[in-house]
Amino acid sequence: MRGTIIGISGPTVTVAVKGLKLYDMVLVGHSSLTGEVVRIEGDRATVQVYEDTQGLAVGEPVEGTGSPLTVRLGPGLLSGIFDGLQRPLQRLQEESGPFMRHGKRVSALDDTLKWTFHPLKQKGDAVLPGEIIGYVNESSFKHFIQCHIQSEGNLDHISEESFSLDTPVAALEDKKKIFGSHEWPVRVPRPYKKKLAPNEPLVTGQRCIDFLFTIAKGGTAILPGGFGTGKTILEQSIAKFADVDIVVYVGCGERGNEIAELIEEFEFLKDPWTKRNLMERSILVVNTSNMPVAAREASIYTAVTIAEYYRDMGLHVLLLADSISRWAEALREISSSLEEMPGEEGYPTYIASRLSSFIERAGAVETIHGKTGALSMILSVSPPGGDLTEPVTQACLRAAGAFLMLDTSLAHRRHFPAINWFQSYSLYGKKLLEQFRNVAFAEWEKAQLKCREVLRKEETLREITEIVGIEGLQDEDRLLMSVAEMIRAEFLCQNAYTEDAFSTPEETLLKLSGILNFYSASSEKLKEGAALDEVLMQKKQ
Amino acid sequence: MKCSCRKNNNGSYSMSLAEYKYYSLSSLSGPLIFVQKVFNAKIGEAVKVFTPDGKQLDAEVLEIEKDTVMVEVYGETQGMDLEQTAVVFTDSLKMASLSTDIIGRIFNGSSEPIDGLPMFIPEKRAPVNGCPINPTARARPEEFIETGVSVIDGLNTLVKGQKLPVFSCSGLPSKELVASILKNAMLVEGPSDFNDREVTALDSNFIVIFAALGLTFHDYSFYMSVLEEMKSGFVAFVNMASEPVMERLLAPRFALTVAEYMAFDKGMDVLVVITDMTNYCDALREVSTARQELPGRRGYPSYMYSDLAAIYERAGRIRGMKGSVTMIPVVTMPEDDITHPIPDLTGYITEGQIVLSRELHQKDIFPPVDVLPSLSRLMQRGIGKGHTRDDHRSISNMLYKYYARGRDLRRLEAIVGKEGMSKKDKIMLDFADALEREFIHQPVERRGILDTLDRGLDLAKRFSPEI
Repeated sequence: MRGTIIGISGPTVTVAVKGLKLYDMVLVGHSSLTGEVVRIEGDRATVQVYEDTQGLAVGEPVEGTGSPLTVRLGPGLLSGIFDGLQRPLQRLQEESGPFMRHGKRVSALDDTLKWTFHPLKQKGDAVLPGEIIGYVNESSFKHFIQCHIQSEGNLDHISEESFSLDTPVAALEDKKKIFGSHEWPVRVPRPYKKKLAPNEPLVTGQRCIDFLFTIAKGGTAILPGGFGTGKTILEQSIAKFADVDIVVYVGCGERGNEIAELIEEFEFLKDPWTKRNLMERSILVVNTSNMPVAAREASIYTAVTIAEYYRDMGLHVLLLADSISRWAEALREISSSLEEMPGEEGYPTYIASRLSSFIERAGAVETIHGKTGALSMILSVSPPGGDLTEPVTQACLRAAGAFLMLDTSLAHRRHFPAINWFQSYSLYGKKLLEQFRNVAFAEWEKAQLKCREVLRKEETLREITEIVGIEGLQDEDRLLMSVAEMIRAEFLCQNAYTEDAFSTPEETLLKLSGILNFYSASSEKLKEGAALDEVLMQKKQ
Repeated sequence: MKCSCRKNNNGSYSMSLAEYKYYSLSSLSGPLIFVQKVFNAKIGEAVKVFTPDGKQLDAEVLEIEKDTVMVEVYGETQGMDLEQTAVVFTDSLKMASLSTDIIGRIFNGSSEPIDGLPMFIPEKRAPVNGCPINPTARARPEEFIETGVSVIDGLNTLVKGQKLPVFSCSGLPSKELVASILKNAMLVEGPSDFNDREVTALDSNFIVIFAALGLTFHDYSFYMSVLEEMKSGFVAFVNMASEPVMERLLAPRFALTVAEYMAFDKGMDVLVVITDMTNYCDALREVSTARQELPGRRGYPSYMYSDLAAIYERAGRIRGMKGSVTMIPVVTMPEDDITHPIPDLTGYITEGQIVLSRELHQKDIFPPVDVLPSLSRLMQRGIGKGHTRDDHRSISNMLYKYYARGRDLRRLEAIVGKEGMSKKDKIMLDFADALEREFIHQPVERRGILDTLDRGLDLAKRFSPEI
């Protein structure tokens, strides 16, 4: 399938190639830029190019690859840093220097690395499509090697030693080879046997989330907030401390310097749960705001496909995306360059369905191999002007299970994480509470109710104070105000730059119980006639 | 007939002895020209346009449909016609000429000298759009820049490689603040411990690149007098309010290409000041409308975020390289509205913001920086031991906390009156006033970081609520 370019407008290229299929990947121009077919009319097709089209000329060749945009899945993805098209950024840097030149093709996985193969099948064994035939050790996990999803048969031979990814590890009797890695189209969810109800809590290490708005393993949460509300810091803190096997972090259209910071920290910090280097459990997909827009659109799909791949090994994977609004804006830019009819705020009308089908790729599942794996998602949203009524936030709200609203006024008071405790919610709450209550902490639910009550009463009292002044309140109410202040400053606030950045559920509960105990003890004393100032001094000592 | 020898985008030298002049214009509309029967034009290719009255203008290929090419002209298209206007395709992308001889020179938005001196001999040419820095190649910004302004150094510290915009409102002294930063900024290394009372000024190749977009003559003469007084070198790209809108889009790209060259080829620390990004965005909107693109929020094009990112993200440091590009863009918030698309999108890309407040200006505080919405995201890495002083973080947190409390209480004061407030609250109110008068207010002198921190510490002690 070869042809030529007949028109170019920004990242959208019109080509004359026969036989292309919709969403096929094509290589455009002399420098083989990656593109995707988005529209076909007669002999002409419209191609969305994932790279900078500067310097591209009409008449340059175009070649269809015959397959959709895929990512390469196999051992060696862990610790990797990729761009939106899964090009390994570190190796790209080694080859072409600190600036990104376009049209440079480097395979996502290193074909020269040797992996020690542990077969789980023998010669002659029958193998079903997608069945596991063996594993290699990657980081601390068993990385399972599976038969291709479209092949089955009896094993003709299977390797029992080390192999590199460019040679087959096994072959079927019909001569079909099985490699250690395979390609998977990014826009197609990987299959599983069935979805499971999300019943287990995902411990993020952030007191406010774990305690008030618990997220489930396999659940989804969104973090909307205007600029300066600490979305990125919160996403990165969760990436560092969450109790999960693997973190896939997507820097989607965000700042380059923040990614530099993240990479340096990940190389240096340890996973608090396993004490292993953080980078060993992480995969970064990075398409900063100045990198091509179409690749930004693809980046979240690249990331979720990698995440699903590890989920299929029975692991708990957390996908963090910062930010989903940048993805939506990329979609809007593309849509507008295709001259599609705009919907609300100029976004294409299919934005909500695309978003919800993306978010639905999360979940706890029974894999096709009968293992239990989970893919959780925490997505940040950057609403323009901090206005949550805009279409992206609203579309996310309908699909996500938890809503953690970041509040500009809290951020201005340097209350971080700036999660608004009145507006935010988690739909997983009830079931997970049972889990917490049964497994570990009987008083979890009671403490939670009490904590909410204090914060709610404080809000009412604050309104009164605005009118009558704090001196006009009764002692009991003033005590409550002080306790609420304690809860906000000592419990809900968590400084991301100190030891306090991470809190286990035990520590979380202990901290709150301390404050609540002080509250009940102090109210007792007030009833016995002690002076308020005296009671409050007790806390200070 | 022109004879030129240039590097094209493939890196090889091509001789274009005879460039063909196309007279096949099919339509003209605003800054756009449609040329027919063009052979193999390239997207982004630099184009020269010859008008009937003998002027030569720069232009760029924007869109190609078979052999019809849409060209966008940088300059005034008035007086062009379909018959006598000629177009020449140069076969290369828009390039910036680079050399260290550029230091001290003043150019217009199309990179032509306007200081009366001849064009310098270029040492290198680079495409003005640049290439994104590979995120893994970036070094984390963490080296403190002393601006000499207490409210920035103490509470919203600027570090090398950061992009920190000034959000201003019309009528506020943003240019005086920028001038004070330009005159006083230097790189220093903090003392090793608290008792050491010295900061070391680092020996550095410090240079300022100034891009003025849509500047009035009044502002222009102000900035020029500032630049001429400066000790460190500067390069200026100036697009005046009366000059073509398209050049407003080009000037920052020239400025940043020069900045990257100075930083990463010559190892210099470059501070890029761009004023005013609001004019840039309005130019972007104007051009987008001429292209008949679908308008987004408030008529700005939907790609404005990506376009702004392509400018702002060129700030940074690179691992293993000496130089740095630090950026201070000035944004005038239309209608004083921080949620307007221009400051909004800027704030989403930059690493913090310095917000000026009309209220403080009316109180005669200079610089009128509103501490609460201001933020430097990269501050945490650039302060403390080895950078400034080990108590910097605690001082700034304390000042911020007290001031936020004081500001909250001002609202309460308006309702219940100061008399009705507790002693502790009154102290916080006094603190907020004192911080504005003694710490933020800094009309003339430059303050070193230690002086700034001592002032902060003194304030915190005087108004400690524990008393």
